[in-house]
Amino acid sequence: MKLHEYQAKEIFAKYGLPVTPGAVVKHLSEVDAALKQFPQGPWVVKAQIHAGGRGKAGGVKFAKTEQEVHEKAAAILGMTLVSPQTGPEGKLVKKIFITPAVDYVKELYVSVVLDRVNRTPIILASAEGGTEIEELAVTKPDAIFKIIVDPIEGLHSYQARQLHLRLGLPPEAINQGAKVFQTMVKVFMDLDLSMLEVNPLVVLKDGTIHCLDAKVDFEDNGLARHKDYAAWRDPDEEDARELLAAEHGLSYISLDGYVGCLVNGAGLAMATADAIQHFGGSPANFLDVGGSASQKAVTQAFKIILSDTRVKAILVNIFGGIAKCDVIAQGIIDAAKEVGLSLPLVVRLEGTNVEKGKELLAQSSLKYTFASSMDEAAKAVVAAAKGGKS
Amino acid sequence: MSVLLDKKAKVICQGITGTAGLFHSKGCRDYGTNMVGGVTPGKGGTTIEGFPVFDTVEQAVAKTGANVSMIFVPALFAADAILEAAAGGIKLIVCITEGIPANDMAKVNKILKNYPDVRLIGPNCPGIITPGVAKVGIMPGYIHKPGKIGIVSRSGTLTYEAVWQVTQLGLGQSTCIGIGGDPIVGTTHIEAMKMFNDDKNTEAVIMIGEIGGSNEEEAAAWVKKNMKKPVAAFIAGSSAPPGKRMGHAGAIVSGGKGTAAEKIAALEAAGMVVAKNPGEIGKALLEAMKKKGKSAKAKPAKKDKKKKDKKDKKKKKKK
Repeated sequence: MKLHEYQAKEIFAKYGLPVTPGAVVKHLSEVDAALKQFPQGPWVVKAQIHAGGRGKAGGVKFAKTEQEVHEKAAAILGMTLVSPQTGPEGKLVKKIFITPAVDYVKELYVSVVLDRVNRTPIILASAEGGTEIEELAVTKPDAIFKIIVDPIEGLHSYQARQLHLRLGLPPEAINQGAKVFQTMVKVFMDLDLSMLEVNPLVVLKDGTIHCLDAKVDFEDNGLARHKDYAAWRDPDEEDARELLAAEHGLSYISLDGYVGCLVNGAGLAMATADAIQHFGGSPANFLDVGGSASQKAVTQAFKIILSDTRVKAILVNIFGGIAKCDVIAQGIIDAAKEVGLSLPLVVRLEGTNVEKGKELLAQSSLKYTFASSMDEAAKAVVAAAKGGKS
Repeated sequence: MSVLLDKKAKVICQGITGTAGLFHSKGCRDYGTNMVGGVTPGKGGTTIEGFPVFDTVEQAVAKTGANVSMIFVPALFAADAILEAAAGGIKLIVCITEGIPANDMAKVNKILKNYPDVRLIGPNCPGIITPGVAKVGIMPGYIHKPGKIGIVSRSGTLTYEAVWQVTQLGLGQSTCIGIGGDPIVGTTHIEAMKMFNDDKNTEAVIMIGEIGGSNEEEAAAWVKKNMKKPVAAFIAGSSAPPGKRMGHAGAIVSGGKGTAAEKIAALEAAGMVVAKNPGEIGKALLEAMKKKGKSAKAKPAKKDKKKKDKKDKKKKKKK
């Protein structure tokens, strides 16, 4: 789960990390109140969306006067920001953050992420701040420091001091800087995050270290332990169908195409979308109904797929393991009836009791094409979606 | 023979009195696995469906001589269950539980370094099966067939798909390992590859990976240098957009890293035959075996191969 900058800064402040407070504004009528709360200018007006690259996309503006704050707020609120992280369709800005501007002399990059290879959290840091780390990883990989964090003890003080000096930060601020790095790791571990990023981390004129930005992603499994933060989820930033699916225990991801997929298991669901693409089609979604593929889950999945008007044909690909194919076939028949399915349907069943499942489908009034392999299924559904014979 | 799981396995289930734990304990027993009992704190001394229940792993090991544990404990308590198994003397821990916080797994992996002879498979995995011998997990046993193809995969049903394609070709599997779909797992592709490379009865390997992370690339680098056996592969997620988590917590392309294209290139550079779509995993396996067979003929390794074939024939006769 991603958080907005203003939410991340609230967490940072709670842990004593140096951040500048600000006000969240959802409507232009709230700008005056924000200025009253933070009367000392100049200010920065920042778009609050769940994507990086806001500055270059025009979502972060400097304002010298109160009048300018109003102007910039009007310009940013309601705009559609397109950055490399938003995708070509961009993201509508529904909230802005108004915060006093901070004078600084140097920008750096610091993040804490999970490293699969070391199986620990690691710190990625660079003295070359301001740019995206992905870009830096390509152009100047040597400029990125990587510190392996002890997953039980956290970042040791000596590691934090070493990092401070390696980044070329002022030696007189070594203890303050080290504390900042250690606290970042503490936040990451305490809250079971998947990522904590400060880009840029800056050096102020007085030589102290300050977090100018804050980005926090909760790790979805860890969120179960942090129910109070789970309530911070911003539905505006998420796909409505994805949220609905999650409520029903389904894993659904919206894609750009027109072939609906209903599959049991994440790996097979991914592979099914791949197969559709391989045979010249375009998947409308990734949908995992869970390994057991219960009738309830299948019904809900059909409803979600059908709510997407781009879908022209549906492929059901179930490998019955523990779940039996006859039970699943009955589930498909009942679910299709309940939702009044009229789109072309291709069914591929394999596994336990597959013959019984086939029989049930054949005896029902359901209109469908049966496929006996993944290749056959993908080819058939692509043909059906393109209006050919299925 | 096989890797990790053989006839000597005595298996307990942690969380045996839960619905899933009990259902799959019975499934494993029905398959022929030597299931010797289970653990549920507070229910020690009772019996469920013929399985003796213990309060702790330590007790279960003392009474039954168990050396393998299958874990079905709920997500927020599973890390503790893994550590209990390791401390209790279990050598192979198979954690089926889904949804364990990644930071818990980071801690677990650090502590498990104190137990160099303990192997953890998973979490969030279907388990491990040596067809015809034993299964510790939730996979449907009947789709498997004893044979000589090793399979390692992050996923459940996609592994079944690969297994099924192999079985349909008339080949069978030595051992199938589901390593799990989480970002931090106990056993990675590279470790599974090493085990299959050393296993006398594995002749070829299918490696199924997915987008996200760089474990497949690491395995590819190792395979290129060390692997003696043919390897076929498939990478799921070529149709996945960046930044979206495709079901598995680990399956996400972030910052332009971990894309399917990148992984496929690394695997092919390591000499693996990569299936272009999931329906062709079996075909890729045949191609990989043919390719390696040809190159083997060109080398003096031919003699060894003949010897091996003879040995195998002898074994068959014995049976």
